[in-house]
Amino acid sequence: MTELIKRRDIDFLLYEFLNVEQLLAHPRYADHDRKVFDAIIDTAVKIAEEKFQTCAKDLDNNEPSFDGQKVTLIPQVKEALRAFAEAGFPAATYANEQDGLQLPWTVFQAAMAYFHAANISLSAYPLLTGAAANLLNAHGSVEQKALYLPHMLSGRFFGTMCLSETQAGSSLSDIRTRAEPTDQGYYLIKGTKMWISGGEHDLAENIIHMVLAKIPGGPPGVKGISLFIVPKIHVQPDGSLGERNDVALAGLNHKMGYRGTVNTVMSFGEKDNCKGYLIGEPHKGLECMFHMMNEARIGIGMGATTIGYAGYLYSLDYARQRPQGRHPLNKNPQSPQVPIIEHADIRRLLLTQKSYVEGALALQLYCAMLVDEQKISADTNRKQVLALLLDILTPIAKSWPSEFCLEANKLAMQILGGYGYTREYPLERLYRDNRLNPIHEGTHGIHGIDLLGRKVRMAGGKAFTTLLDHIRETIREASGNRTLQAYAGQLSNTLQEVEKTTAVLIACENLNLSLANSTIYLDMLGHVVIAWTWLRQAIVVAANAGNATGDDKDFYQGKLAACRYFFHYELPKTHGMMQLLQSLDDTCLNITSSQL
Amino acid sequence: MKILVPIKRVVDPNIRVRVKSDQTGVETANLKMAINPFCEIAVEEAVRLQEAGKAKEVVLVTIGGSQCQDVLRTGMAMGADRAILIETDAALQPLGIAKLLKAVIEKEAPNLVITGKQAIDDDNNQTSQMLAALLGWPQGTFASKLELNGDHAVVTREIDGGLETLKLRLPAVISTDLRLNEPRYVKLPNIMKAKKKPLDVIKPETLGVDFAPRLKSLKVEEPAKRKAGIKVANVAELVAKLKNEAKVI
Repeated sequence: MTELIKRRDIDFLLYEFLNVEQLLAHPRYADHDRKVFDAIIDTAVKIAEEKFQTCAKDLDNNEPSFDGQKVTLIPQVKEALRAFAEAGFPAATYANEQDGLQLPWTVFQAAMAYFHAANISLSAYPLLTGAAANLLNAHGSVEQKALYLPHMLSGRFFGTMCLSETQAGSSLSDIRTRAEPTDQGYYLIKGTKMWISGGEHDLAENIIHMVLAKIPGGPPGVKGISLFIVPKIHVQPDGSLGERNDVALAGLNHKMGYRGTVNTVMSFGEKDNCKGYLIGEPHKGLECMFHMMNEARIGIGMGATTIGYAGYLYSLDYARQRPQGRHPLNKNPQSPQVPIIEHADIRRLLLTQKSYVEGALALQLYCAMLVDEQKISADTNRKQVLALLLDILTPIAKSWPSEFCLEANKLAMQILGGYGYTREYPLERLYRDNRLNPIHEGTHGIHGIDLLGRKVRMAGGKAFTTLLDHIRETIREASGNRTLQAYAGQLSNTLQEVEKTTAVLIACENLNLSLANSTIYLDMLGHVVIAWTWLRQAIVVAANAGNATGDDKDFYQGKLAACRYFFHYELPKTHGMMQLLQSLDDTCLNITSSQL
Repeated sequence: MKILVPIKRVVDPNIRVRVKSDQTGVETANLKMAINPFCEIAVEEAVRLQEAGKAKEVVLVTIGGSQCQDVLRTGMAMGADRAILIETDAALQPLGIAKLLKAVIEKEAPNLVITGKQAIDDDNNQTSQMLAALLGWPQGTFASKLELNGDHAVVTREIDGGLETLKLRLPAVISTDLRLNEPRYVKLPNIMKAKKKPLDVIKPETLGVDFAPRLKSLKVEEPAKRKAGIKVANVAELVAKLKNEAKVI
């Protein structure tokens, strides 16, 4: 059986690349050790392979249905999610006092990688519930946490995030959902929310919606948005369920991929009796939300990465087994055909995928490690550096895999040819699933604007310079190594261009023009960051590969080859992008609607 | 009631193994290892009996290098109470293993021993039978169902002709077949708890047993690659080939 994610790669990234064991020195993680981490990932692999992967095709073929009363999914979904919850994954990163295990987020992300790779439309349920629970844990009152959190962490309740509305997706300042205060302590919520994943189903006893709404009289725009807990069914102090809240399913959306994740239009307060409970202060809802955004977005990037990764390994296995054609030098039609992996162009397709998905996975786990370090660091300066790095890397960690690991899925399908295009093979499903990732959780374009419009300029450009400093440190390290010094030089030259390009864009006083090509800037800086993660991996390989034999030797050599590929084939592309960016090209800005 | 479960650490069943270049065995360096699937079923059965109130204590035993502690911890995370590692890097074969286990069993005095029917690495299917013989205990091999009733066990066995049910006086040795149960997923909190459960390490020399290998393996080879088939023209040709080439009729 093909692995979903190469375990040797996960081990390499956790223990060699990131040295996740350094976290064990902190009292929060003192009860853990590598064996515990390994055993937890073993459990994840098992449940992912036996419960998530086995129903992926079935779930894709049988999307959730609504009979006017309730939403129904195939029974394997409930069973798989029960196994996930019973094993203790939802609470794993929480504190011991909350019945958690204080597991580092990095290790949790590595475990989640397997669930995503096995069946993303199923793993989306715990992902959403986790995001809602984290929000509650960070900003909810003691009473609110006591009422909902234990049930969300045990798998008894699921959660959703209700941000978008039909008329307000990327532009949250235009939401219309209202929250009228009452003298009973709760608010009356009224409005319709769009694209709500997990909005209605029979998988859990209750659904806890996290809803953005405006309290009348508040400031206009995003500064007037508040955050509310809106349970589907009211919860009594003893944890039992009370009356149904005025929350109704208005309809299902029928998607291209992620078909097992029921996606809904939700109607709140049709009977003017939808009770919502304010989280945090009035009008500060979006701030609460964004506080959790880095982790949520890295989670999306991880999903995109792993779908790409699963496709890569599937196509690799296929290429090793599928005989087709002969080498160009062999003119004998009677000679046996060679497996297609013997053809250089197939190896190019594989190496491109490898450089994308393994590069992205390294970035995801690196970002997760920054989150962990940030949590435990006592040094305020270091904390600030970590925060800046995370702020600037998050749009890249979300968007780069969404774009390029989707591209990897395209290449994987290419390797299977016509078979890859049929529903008999999993690649077209992986491709359809992954196509969502550049769209949700902030579109690709929005993240381009976020990166160039906010992150690069924030704190007087400090996040940007912090990132460059970290890349330069890697360049210095690599310069001392004979095989790597050429890459170090190449990345150093690229970095100079990046600085120049960024300076030109920031100096441009016309913000419309400055941001006109921000998506290209996002792709460009993403490529530079991935080149950086490859150089960092290569440094680790150079240090550790010395006595490796057999499969392990191949593993390390493969890493070096992928690094080489990225520097030879991919990084040079950034120069074209930067030339365009520096020219402040206004073609897209100035073409009019009628000309298009 | 005390149940003792001997378990073995083997190459993860999902991994394709390769023959070493010098043909002395199979490459295991850096390969992912796991608890032998049949042993996992044995642990599961013992833990279920304990959960059902039929047994008080479940003790695991394994023999091998210090890295074998991993599978003992996995078994304790599934629910076993404590574990014993007979630590040795020496080569081991079924008879030696059975002798070592016998020595431990004499000390521990369990009422029941549940083993996997065979290990997926060497596929010997010998240890539990040898162990029962050495102990002079009744044995129920290839169990697909197990019930404990007071001083005896009722074992349903999978045999070529179907199912056979045996009533065994305890203490006895049972070996598990695939259909006995479906092992649970290890729960994350139990992985943490297993760290704190007792794991005794003993040296085989202290058991006073000669466990030196008696068998010598000459060579390990990949199975022959399957050749392409051919089409026969008629039944007569088929029969001739089966008779003369395949020599099966």
